[in-house]
Amino acid sequence: MTAPTSPTTDLAPAMSAVATPALPRLLSGIPEHGALTLGEHLAVHGPLPVQDGRGRRRGRERADGLIEEIADAGLLGRGGAGFPTATKMRAVAGARGRPIVVANGAEGEPASLKDHTLLELLPHLVLDGAILAAEAVDADEVVIAACEYAGASVDSVSVAIAEREADAGRSSHSPALRLVILPGHYVAGQESALVNFLNGGPAKPLFTPPMPFERGVKRRPTLLNNIETLAHIALIARHGAPWFRQLGTPTQPGSALVTLSGPVSHPGVYEIEHGASLASLIEAGGGATARLRGALLGGYAGTWIGGERLHGLGLSNEHLAPHGATLGAGVVLLLSEDACPVGETARVARWLADQSARQCGPCVHGLDALALTLEEIAAGATQGKAVQRIDRLASLVARRGACSHPDGAANLILSALEAFPSEFADHARHGPCEGCAAPGELPLPLRPVSDETLRKRGLQ
Amino acid sequence: MSQHVRVNPITCAAHGMCAELLPERITLDEWGYPIVDGTPLEGAQVDHAMRAAQACPTFALLIERDRNRGRARVRAGRSS
Repeated sequence: MTAPTSPTTDLAPAMSAVATPALPRLLSGIPEHGALTLGEHLAVHGPLPVQDGRGRRRGRERADGLIEEIADAGLLGRGGAGFPTATKMRAVAGARGRPIVVANGAEGEPASLKDHTLLELLPHLVLDGAILAAEAVDADEVVIAACEYAGASVDSVSVAIAEREADAGRSSHSPALRLVILPGHYVAGQESALVNFLNGGPAKPLFTPPMPFERGVKRRPTLLNNIETLAHIALIARHGAPWFRQLGTPTQPGSALVTLSGPVSHPGVYEIEHGASLASLIEAGGGATARLRGALLGGYAGTWIGGERLHGLGLSNEHLAPHGATLGAGVVLLLSEDACPVGETARVARWLADQSARQCGPCVHGLDALALTLEEIAAGATQGKAVQRIDRLASLVARRGACSHPDGAANLILSALEAFPSEFADHARHGPCEGCAAPGELPLPLRPVSDETLRKRGLQ
Repeated sequence: MSQHVRVNPITCAAHGMCAELLPERITLDEWGYPIVDGTPLEGAQVDHAMRAAQACPTFALLIERDRNRGRARVRAGRSS
């Protein structure tokens, strides 16, 4: 089966599930071409659980029931931080004011494609989840936020919302649905940056508190959920918590979408059970096409794991914790033996420094200094003790920004030092290696940046 | 009820007044931005912290109360 290519990265996604009888869940009924229409979606998943429409009180009881069901399911947010979804929903439902729901499809992570893919191919599953979440917290408005570079997702969601509106007479589910197109830079999907943008400001993080759940969009309590999280809610509402827990681990139940890239035959988006082995994912991806030097787990705020530690690795936070890693937003990026982890990390560190919203001094100066130090190490042009300088700089940026962008960049860089000590030592002594001459393996978007984006970012 | 200092890193512009006026809690990094010890202020430090917050040209130094129904924030500035 071929899947659409995405304008956002040069990954060509193959969509499929790692083989178990219980999968796929989210990816059930993936179409050969285009998005699943409303009719096709209903044929695959059936209608939303029926609300009997006998007044608000009855509706509220049912809605509270959904939050409890999500709590029992143990659903954790899929945007990267893994926060318990039901806890967030309760906080929004309990805050003062009429809530608003935001479906976060920013997915600024260059090595991740799962949210764009869900929006593009299965928009109705996401809309189901967003509508159910809105009912559960008594919100009257849902914003679907999609990235400006994910054109196919934007088109798909617009069509899906129109289908819902045409069908509105037959549905008792009625929050207003609105599509908003986000600027494509890395921190635009950070919760407070998204709130800032939806309130008419630049898509840059805000100083918190107040947290979005207490005062967010239009100063209302705002439930921000990742696209995949909402898709899981759509299935939990239909099948229940025990069904959800049939897959995954006790602390990380259910299935997950991962974006597999690097030297494999079929890079793309796969649905796995939490705790599935890395080996089974690589097999589902058609096998590795090179020996592996390591893997980056979680994304560009994630963690490198060296090649020798990949054997027997399980894809759940429990399995990854001894390596200091998490599954994050589901990024599994393999690095071939031929590539240079020092050069690759330096390249990504420079990109992350460039993606700073340039609001907080320690982030602006610290990420630049970290990238520069890595570039010096990669070139063999270090002065003094470069590795110690990295340790010091990393501790200087951590927890000192309004958002956790500097923390993520520092985490990535420190994990590279730990995963590839001999490569770093070789570079410091001898300069560039053979791998440095090869073109970079890690995807970095060379996106056209519009004047509009620059203005939104406040850079013009 | 104890209080602690915190910096709003977005409004902070590295003037460095806070480190002059509250050296007990604040040092500067190599770019001139404050590194804050956010543990509870003791005794006379509260007054020093108030003075430092009032002296900040961008009002980026905040004095926050702990345990006051969560997160009441006092910004020592014009109105205090």
